[in-house]
Amino acid sequence: MSRFSFAEFGNELYSGKRSYPFVGKRNLWFAIAGAAILLSLLVPVIKGGFNLGIDFRGGSEFTVSNVQDTSVGAGEQAVTDVVPEAVPRVTNIAPETMRIQTERLSDDQTLSVRDALIGAYSVTEEDVTSNFVGPTWGEDVSRQAIIGLIVFVALAAGLMAIYFRTWKMSVAAMAALVVVMVTSAGIYSLSDFEVTPSAVIGFLTILSYSLYDTVVVFDKIRENTADLEVSSKRTFGEQVNLAVNQTLVRSINTSVVAVLPVAAILFIGAMLLGAGTLRDLSLALFVGIIIGTLTTVFVAAPMYAKLRMNEPDIRKQEKRVMHRRSLEAGEAGEAQEAGTAPA
Amino acid sequence: MARTGPGYAAKRTLVWLGVVFALLALLLGGGSLWSNASWAPKLALDLEGGTQMILAPQVQGGSEEITPEQLDQAVEIIRQRVDGSGVAEAEISTQSGQNVIVALPGIPEPETRELIQASAQMEFRPVLIGGPGLAPAAETPTPEDQLPTPSAEPTDASDPNWITAELLQEFESTDCTSPEALQPAVEPAPADQPMVACEPDTQGKYILGPVEVRGTEIESADYGMARSAQGQTLNEWVVNIDFNDEGTETFREVTERLFAIGSGDPRNQFAIVLDGVIVSAPTTNAVIPDGRPQISGSFTEESAAALAEQLKYGALPISFEIQSEQQISATLGADQLRLGLIAGVIGLVLVAVYSIFQYRMLGLVTIASLVVAGVLTYLAICILGWTENYRLSLAGVAGLIVAIGQTADSFIVYFERIRDELRDGRGLVPAVENGWRRAKRTVLASKAMNLLAAVVLYFVAVGNVRGFAFTLGLTAIADLVVVFLFTHPVMRLLAMTRFFGEGHRWSGLDPSRLGVLPLYRGAGRVRHKPVERPAVELRGRNKAAAGEAERRMTIAERRLAEQQKAAEEQKTVSAQARGTEEGDNR
Repeated sequence: MSRFSFAEFGNELYSGKRSYPFVGKRNLWFAIAGAAILLSLLVPVIKGGFNLGIDFRGGSEFTVSNVQDTSVGAGEQAVTDVVPEAVPRVTNIAPETMRIQTERLSDDQTLSVRDALIGAYSVTEEDVTSNFVGPTWGEDVSRQAIIGLIVFVALAAGLMAIYFRTWKMSVAAMAALVVVMVTSAGIYSLSDFEVTPSAVIGFLTILSYSLYDTVVVFDKIRENTADLEVSSKRTFGEQVNLAVNQTLVRSINTSVVAVLPVAAILFIGAMLLGAGTLRDLSLALFVGIIIGTLTTVFVAAPMYAKLRMNEPDIRKQEKRVMHRRSLEAGEAGEAQEAGTAPA
Repeated sequence: MARTGPGYAAKRTLVWLGVVFALLALLLGGGSLWSNASWAPKLALDLEGGTQMILAPQVQGGSEEITPEQLDQAVEIIRQRVDGSGVAEAEISTQSGQNVIVALPGIPEPETRELIQASAQMEFRPVLIGGPGLAPAAETPTPEDQLPTPSAEPTDASDPNWITAELLQEFESTDCTSPEALQPAVEPAPADQPMVACEPDTQGKYILGPVEVRGTEIESADYGMARSAQGQTLNEWVVNIDFNDEGTETFREVTERLFAIGSGDPRNQFAIVLDGVIVSAPTTNAVIPDGRPQISGSFTEESAAALAEQLKYGALPISFEIQSEQQISATLGADQLRLGLIAGVIGLVLVAVYSIFQYRMLGLVTIASLVVAGVLTYLAICILGWTENYRLSLAGVAGLIVAIGQTADSFIVYFERIRDELRDGRGLVPAVENGWRRAKRTVLASKAMNLLAAVVLYFVAVGNVRGFAFTLGLTAIADLVVVFLFTHPVMRLLAMTRFFGEGHRWSGLDPSRLGVLPLYRGAGRVRHKPVERPAVELRGRNKAAAGEAERRMTIAERRLAEQQKAAEEQKTVSAQARGTEEGDNR
């Protein structure tokens, strides 16, 4: 192999020549996942919660685009001229774009602030958008998201159990899902991005991606372990590990291909768009796709192997494998003595 | 031509795909010629500019939860109000079974906003003056000296002393044919004062006395065929009202008084007023003591149903609280769309580059499949925009971009399976067939997960994120169509070409790179020895269990492997024979 080639890498993984101990070192992976979960739970606590967007706090928001002068003072002045007691939060969210958030304003105040902003930043009416959000709106979003989460997870778990004919795969997939959710949330909190409804929906989409990825890998596991009763070549754990290795190239390619467009939105979005639907969605997805792929390989598959390893049938089969190996090791030993050992 | 074999089947499938495309294009083309379909997707408010309000309906005095039926009525109420106020292209929809979304182009007038928020007020008022067909403003107003001057305080709601000079002048100058007069009132008229109102259906114009019965006193309302005293069904549609106890009592008093006035006098009528507009002004033919009046007249089934619906609003005074209001300028939306599309193109190019790097010429199949999926999705969005009024939002665009990766994954799963088959030593033609059989299952199962997520998201989604879920689901379906009707048949056909069949080093299916060189003898017809897969896998086992013995098989296993090998060889050879034959025929 002169240089690294994915096809050859795939061959070696497929044949088992190269193998990564996803199942073998499962306790290490579980420990790392556990630590990641712990950290993800700690970060928001230390930081004092998430950076909740206006949808969760309630208030009025103005976005001024095509701004030449991006001074914060001009925006603050414009608001306090109309509503003296207001405490506006003015942010330059992107080149040429300012965002001004205040507590909830009345309709008349909103119109006056808009006019004041048009004057302050010397832009036209076209360039100012206003947005008012009631304080209950965020609660609605969160409630819906939780309902969505429960319904989706329940349906997905049922569907997987029926398709794979074992609930243990569902349990393993859900364990991975928990890791994905908690760590993604932790990273979101660490990045200090605002939590908006778009971000919440991004999270729900991650769940779908994570399960999608898990189904593909589990399908290969199912295939590899289908003839377990008659086979004595590999133990159950080894079969699962081989399946994960055999689909590793796919997992890598898939996550790269899935992440590329999302990364394009994220970087273009972060640089040029400022906060908005596209950027919020794409950050959640970017983080989630990577973690989703990692957890399938490092958590879901080993977890499934662990869940089934203690089944009597699997135990029996493992004994058969070990027995055959010890027999053959004896044979091989004899052969070696005869000087015909394979290289 | 060979009428059997994968090549023929593949061509037939591709023809079907062509037919699907032609039909969709014809549908859209026809729609744009003879209807209002467009070749460009309809844009949602966040891209087009406008105002979106999310309203939480609130039932006054009712239970906390809004039922789906009440929500539908709420939408109907708002639709009537918004349409009545003359806003074009307003979109009113429900969301997650609890909110009403009103999307209006441009910035609504304060009156429109108030109108949308106001609660529906239904009231029963006695008629003082007026009747049907008095629509236009009077040409000759009553001279000053003949204007009425109330002689005394009115004693009951039907007392003509309610009519003052100003009221009569207002009555005479009102033009009930003008659309403005028929708009629902923003400010409800005071309940204890008389008012002037129009009846759109008959173009009637009335002066009405103060409110006597409120809509909230209606228990229920329905419609049906009238029955004779003998209980036979008559061929006449009627609307039935059922008052509650309080309503029954007042309505009895009202009908006693109105019935006593006698038919012929306008004051024999009472008017049912919804938001300041008269829905119906029936005359009183009897005293109704049981609170169950029946309105008859020249109803059709439709008009009877409509009146019954409206009466139900009365029983359900819904008001709306604006939960979120967003004014979006078209410039911001256009900017976001432009940048979003740029991001999409960059993402697509990156995916294309990566697939070519990974899969060489097969990468082109991926790109072609993505293009086909893209065109299919585009047509679907345009057609849905035309038939279902689906509008593409920014979140929808994000969904489309995210879908690029998810769509490409199906091809990756398929290609990897083909490679696996090649690694097992199969020829390309059987590898494509076998790989497909296995990949199909996986693709279907995993896409089911995507679809499930999209459906759940769609139904619980809040705000414009619904568009995201929608495009996610749409692209999942498009992906399935493309994998089945395009990618797979194309692979079947490509497998028969020399370039791919011989495993050119740029084909992405180069056997030497896939580790099957010793078994491969070239010339496109692979006379390899298909090795039973576990035998190959045998060599590679978990490192942890190192030991050369693994390479060896027990006698029983060896026999089994030989049997399987023989069986497999037979299959493979026959499959290749077909392939070859077809290759020759081509």
